[in-house]
Amino acid sequence: MAGLAPTYGRGAMTNHWVDISNANLVLSMGGNSAEAHPVGFRWVMEAKEKNNAKLISIDPRYTRTGAVADYEVNIRTGTDIVFLGGLINFLLETDQIQHEYVRAYTDVSLIVKEEFGFHDGLFTGYNPDENTYDKSSWSYEFDDQGYVKRDDTLQHPRCVYQLMRQHYSRYTIDMVENVCGIPSQNVQEVWNMIAETAVPDKTMTILYALGWTQHSIGAQIIRTGAMVQLLLGNTGLPGGGVNALRGHSNIQGLTDLGLLSNLLPGYMRLPSAEEQDYQGYIKKRAKQPLLPGEVSYWKFYERFHVSLMKAWYGDAAQADNNWCYDWLPKLTEPLYDVIYTFERMHKGKLTGYFCQGFNPLASFPDKNKTSEALAKLKYLVVMDPLAVETAEFWKNYGELNDVDSSQIQTEVFRLPTTCFAEDDGSIVNSARWLQWHWKAAPPPGEARPDVSIMAGLLHRLQRMYREEGGAFPDPILNLTWQYSNPEDPGAEELAMEYNGRALTDIYDSNRNIRRRKGELLDDFGMLQADGSTSCGCWIYAGAWTEDGNQMARRDNADPFGIGMTLGWAWAWPMNRRILYNRAAARPDGTPWGPEKRLVWWNGHRWVGADIPDFPDASPPSAGVGPFIMNQEGVGHFFGGSMMMEGPFPEHYEPFESPIVGNPLHPNNPQAVNNPAARVFPDDRARFGTAKEFPYAATTYRLTEHFHFWTTHAKLNSIMQPQKFVEIGESLANELGIKEGNKVRVSSKRGYIEAVAVVTKRIKPLQITGQTVHQVGIPIHWGFKGVAKHGFLTNTLTPAVGDANTQTPEFKSFLVNVEKI
Amino acid sequence: MTLQVTRRQFFKLGAAGMATSSMAMMGFAPDAAQASIRHFKLTGAKITRNICTYCSVGCGMLLYSRGDGSINSTDDIYHVEGDPDHPVSRGSLCPKGAGVLDFIKSESRLSHPEVREPGSSEWKRISWDDALDRIARHMKDDRDANFETHDENGNLVNRWLSTGFLAASATTNETAYLTHKIVRNLGILSFDNQARV
Ligand code: SF4
Repeated sequence: MAGLAPTYGRGAMTNHWVDISNANLVLSMGGNSAEAHPVGFRWVMEAKEKNNAKLISIDPRYTRTGAVADYEVNIRTGTDIVFLGGLINFLLETDQIQHEYVRAYTDVSLIVKEEFGFHDGLFTGYNPDENTYDKSSWSYEFDDQGYVKRDDTLQHPRCVYQLMRQHYSRYTIDMVENVCGIPSQNVQEVWNMIAETAVPDKTMTILYALGWTQHSIGAQIIRTGAMVQLLLGNTGLPGGGVNALRGHSNIQGLTDLGLLSNLLPGYMRLPSAEEQDYQGYIKKRAKQPLLPGEVSYWKFYERFHVSLMKAWYGDAAQADNNWCYDWLPKLTEPLYDVIYTFERMHKGKLTGYFCQGFNPLASFPDKNKTSEALAKLKYLVVMDPLAVETAEFWKNYGELNDVDSSQIQTEVFRLPTTCFAEDDGSIVNSARWLQWHWKAAPPPGEARPDVSIMAGLLHRLQRMYREEGGAFPDPILNLTWQYSNPEDPGAEELAMEYNGRALTDIYDSNRNIRRRKGELLDDFGMLQADGSTSCGCWIYAGAWTEDGNQMARRDNADPFGIGMTLGWAWAWPMNRRILYNRAAARPDGTPWGPEKRLVWWNGHRWVGADIPDFPDASPPSAGVGPFIMNQEGVGHFFGGSMMMEGPFPEHYEPFESPIVGNPLHPNNPQAVNNPAARVFPDDRARFGTAKEFPYAATTYRLTEHFHFWTTHAKLNSIMQPQKFVEIGESLANELGIKEGNKVRVSSKRGYIEAVAVVTKRIKPLQITGQTVHQVGIPIHWGFKGVAKHGFLTNTLTPAVGDANTQTPEFKSFLVNVEKI
Repeated sequence: MTLQVTRRQFFKLGAAGMATSSMAMMGFAPDAAQASIRHFKLTGAKITRNICTYCSVGCGMLLYSRGDGSINSTDDIYHVEGDPDHPVSRGSLCPKGAGVLDFIKSESRLSHPEVREPGSSEWKRISWDDALDRIARHMKDDRDANFETHDENGNLVNRWLSTGFLAASATTNETAYLTHKIVRNLGILSFDNQARV
C-alpha cells in the first residue's frame, strides 16, 4: 500500500476482483493468488478464457498460480526491484511505452531541483549516523507563482523522464540475471510479453500480496510495479492497475479507519509533537495544486478533520478551541509500530497491552523476543473468539513453548468475543467494497461483541475519572456517546456516525438547502470545515445515507457487461469501482479503445460504466489530470519526499542475504541494505550471516489454512494436518534428506522442527556465480488448536521492517537446515 | 436482516415464497424428488447473509441456522454455503470458506472470561464485571502514572505510551471505528493492526 499512495495518490487496490477478467495480461508477482485468494483467482482464469489473456507468474517457488500460468519463472526472494527496474530500462530504451498516456497523465515533464542526485547507491542528503535522509533536495523546481516548472519536450536533463532513464540505465538484463537468478532469455521473453500492453487498448493487471510488502524494501517494490503500469498506460483502465490483494477480510477497513499508530480515520495523519499550532497542522496537510487548475483533493483536509472532531467530541469541539486539537496525542517517532513497541516492551517500558483478535506471539517476528517482551508486562488483555497462543505465552508446551510459568509475573486476561457469524456490520474487501452482513446466531457461552467490551472499559474509566480525577481526562469524559444502548452500541448507529450527518441546516453556494439538521450526508462533497457537519471517516461518507444502508445493496446487474456491478454493496470513494478511471479515456475524453470503455466525456459530463473518479463536469479541454489526490494531478515516477529511501526505487539486499554485498553497489557498504531502515541494536545482533545460515528462506501460506485460526477448525486440520517445510531436491540430496524426514530449520533467532517435503517446486538459483538454495516455510500451525501442534514459524524471522511501514521482512531471511 | 429461505430460484414463487418453508416449496418446485434430501436437511432453516471472515476476496456466504428466535430456543448454525448472487464469488467458496462452520463451532472457542494470575500456570474463571473492573483499574493506574502531557522540549503531546493496543483485521468497520474512537482518546499511540504485519 505504502508504495501506491506516493505514486497514484491512494494506498488501495486500484481495480477489483471481477475486473481482473478484463485484462489482456496478468502479472502475478509477490503473491500466489491461486493459493491465497482462490475464489478471486477465478477471475484470472476468466480473463484467460474470455480475452485469451496470458498469465505470468514470478515467484521464488513453483506455486499453484505458476501451475496454471502461461509463463512461469523463479526469482530469488527480495530482488523484485531489479527485475522491474530492468523492465523500466527496457521499456524506455526500446521506446515501448504508451506515449500519449505518459505525456498527459504522468510527471515525466516536470523539472527536479538541481541539488538532487544519486551516487553509488545513495540519494543526496544521507546521514549515515542516523540512517535517515535530509530530503530537502528531493523536490521540484518552482516558478514564481509556486507552480512546478516543466519541459514538455522531455529534453531537459533534470526532467523526471531523463532522471528516471538515467537511474534505471544500470538495471541491465545481465544485472537481472545475476541478481534475480533468472536466465536472461526468460527475462527477455517475459519483458516482451509485458511490453505488448504498451499499446493504448491492451492492459496488463498486476496482482501482488505480502510477497511484495514483507521486505525491508517492500513499499519500494510496490512503487516500481506502479511505475511500470504508468509507463504502459495501464492504470485507470479496465483490466489494468495494481491490485494489492490484502490478507485479512477487513484489513482494508481497519486501514481506512486509521487503526495504525500515526493515522486518523480516512488517511488523515496525527500531528507530530512539533506541530503545536492547529493552523499549521491543517496547512501542511491541505495540499494545494502544484500545477494550475488541478484538483489536489486533499486541499479540503480541514473539512474532513473538523467533521471527525465533531463526530468524536460533539459540542466540546468548537472553532475557538481549535476543535480540541490539543486533545489529540502527538507523535515523536514517525511510527509507533509493532517492532518499535515490542522493542520497548522488551526493555520493560510497557505496562499493559491489548490484543483484540490478534495473535502477536505467532504473527510477529522473532517469537522468542516477543515472548520475553510479553513476560515483562504487568497486564495483558486478549480479546478473541479462540484460545490463541498469545494468551498462553506463559504456559509451558515443551519445546514448542519452553517457558517457566512461575517466573512470569504478567497478569493475563482472556476475554471471549463473538465471531463474524455472531454480529452485524460491514467489512471491506480488497477492492474497497463495504459489504454488510448479519448476525446468524448468538455466540457461545458468555462471549461478547468487542464493542460491548470496549464500552464496558470506557464507562469504568469514565466513572473512575469522575470520582478520583487523574491524568488528562477531558477527551475520555467528552467522547460522544449517543447510542441507544450505551453498553452495546449498534452497528447501524456506528455506521451512520462514520457516514456523517448535518449538525445544522447546510446550504450550497446559491443558498439552496442541501441537508437539514440531523440528516445523513450523501457524500464527502457535503462536508464543511465550520463545524456544521460531523463525519467519523470522510472516505466512507455515502455508505449509509438518507436512502438507507448502501453497503447492504444486492443488485448484481452489470449493464455494460464488463463486471461493473455498481448496485452491489458500496465502494469507497463515492462508489467508484476503478480508481483514477478518468485515465481510461484519452486526453480528449474518448476511450482508448472499444474494449477499454469505462468512463468518457459525452459533451456535457463524464459518464460510463463506473462512477467517474473525477469532477464530472470538468471538460477535457480544461486539461485536469486524472490523479486527483496528487498535487500535480498526474501519476508520479518521481516520488519526491514521500518515501524514506528515495524518490526512485533502488534495490537493496535483504538484511539477511545469501550473497555478499549489493551487486549494484559492490563498493559501498552503506548501500548493501536499505540505508533508511531502522534497526535496533539488539535486533541487529540477532541477524545471521550466510556462513552460519547458508539458505535463503521465505514464508508463505496455504489454501487450506488461514494464518493461525484454521488450525482450530477440524476440516482444515484434516486437509493440512501438520507442519512441513519445502526443500528442493538438490538441496535435499546434498543434505541427505528424504521426503518425510524430520528436519530442524534454524536461524540466528531460534529453531523449528518440521516434516520435510522434498520438492521439484524449488530449484537452486545461480546468483552472482554462486548457487543459492531457497527453503519454503508455511506460517501455519502453533501450539494450540486441533491440528497437530507445531513450532511457530516466526521463531525464525528477523525483527526488521520496511523503512516506510515497518512491515517485517518475513519473506527473505537466512536459515540452516539439518536432518534430525 | 434475516430471511426465511431466500434462494434465488424461489423468488420466482413470488411474495408467498418468502414466508414459506423450503418443505412447503418442494410441492411447488420441479424435480422435487431429486432435491428432496438436501431440502429436507435445510427444512425450516433460517438463512442469514454474511461475508467470509478469512481473506479479502470477500465471498458471499449463506449461514443456515435452526431456531425461530423465540426465547426458549437458540439459533444454531449447521450449514454454510456460497451465496449464488454474489458477483465475485457466484456461489463458490474455497476450502477455507467452505470449512468455516468448524471455525464457528471450534472446540477452541472461548466461552467465559478468565484470568491467569502472576506466576500461576492455570486459568481461573471470573465474571465479566470482575474482569472489566480489574482491567480498567490497571489501565487507569498506568495511565495516571505514565501519561505524558509534555515532551522533553515542552511541547504539549497528551499521550499514553506505556500501554499498547492491537486491533483485529477481521472485525467489522463499526467495531473498528468505535475501537479507534476509544483507544486514541485514551492517548494511545502504540496502536496497530495486521495491515503492517
Ligand atoms: S471463501 Fe476463500 S476465497 Fe472466499 S473470502 Fe473466504 S477465504 Fe477468501
